[in-house]
Amino acid sequence: MRWIWIDKFEHFEVNVAARAVKNVSLAEEHLHDHVPGIPVMPASLMIEGMAQTSGILVGAARSFREKVILAKINKATFSRLVRPGDQVVYAAKIVNVTEQGASIEGTITVRTSIAGALQELPVGTIDMMFSHIDNNMAGTRFPDFNFVFNAQFMELFETYRRDLNLAMPG
Amino acid sequence: MPMSRDEVFAKVKDVLTTALAVDDDEVTPQAKLSEDLGAESIDYLDIQFQLEKAFGIKIPKGELTPENIFSNPEFVQNNKMTPKGLAELRLRMPFADLSTFEADPDINNFRDVFTVDTLVSYVMTKVNP
Repeated sequence: MRWIWIDKFEHFEVNVAARAVKNVSLAEEHLHDHVPGIPVMPASLMIEGMAQTSGILVGAARSFREKVILAKINKATFSRLVRPGDQVVYAAKIVNVTEQGASIEGTITVRTSIAGALQELPVGTIDMMFSHIDNNMAGTRFPDFNFVFNAQFMELFETYRRDLNLAMPG
Repeated sequence: MPMSRDEVFAKVKDVLTTALAVDDDEVTPQAKLSEDLGAESIDYLDIQFQLEKAFGIKIPKGELTPENIFSNPEFVQNNKMTPKGLAELRLRMPFADLSTFEADPDINNFRDVFTVDTLVSYVMTKVNP
């Protein structure tokens, strides 16, 4: 299993906002343990999904030169369960981005069908902060290699850009 | 209209209770952000963002927390600020009370300069220039 908790970007506006989706499937092992008999998407993994959506958004704001690390979760509230067959939607908005780091506001909704009727309903809100760790206040040095934006994360961003070019040729 | 120190303090208190998840009564003027209120490095950036929003001000990089001082051998020797380093700090942080730090200028003590009062004094210079 790969540690990727978003499937696709639906919207990406560099420096402003991004929206990604994740399809929840019973084929995912963790749902069988969380919780037995009542499979629901763990809130902790939705925080991770928001961190990945926002992290790539924050990374793009500095052309992926910075190592963007989740540093603080200011707020995380959840009001609805997400179940297999649902699609989680992570919408992240940049509030601040500076040389040292960034803060974002995020909302989570779920696209779910109830008796065949598709609805999008609120799930939660998450506000978080990222550090550009090469500019940390303690002056700690990290390897030059950008270990944050590996090929898998970059592929998500590139796929969105390819889709956009296909949809809007020229 | 200029803001009074009490008005600034009340807003700074709101920012700190939110950013550091501390109780109202913990945020006294003398409270040290790190030692007393548990602020870690990312919290300083959070506080900076929230102060900017609360007061409608812009905090330029290095203004509230001075940069390129502690890595300069002219300013720091054997983990102690030199007289030249202290003079530079006074120049860069006119809003801060450095007297306690000056008495024992070990750089590990520097974070204690950041009290609630230091933030209030800094914001005062921004809202009532």
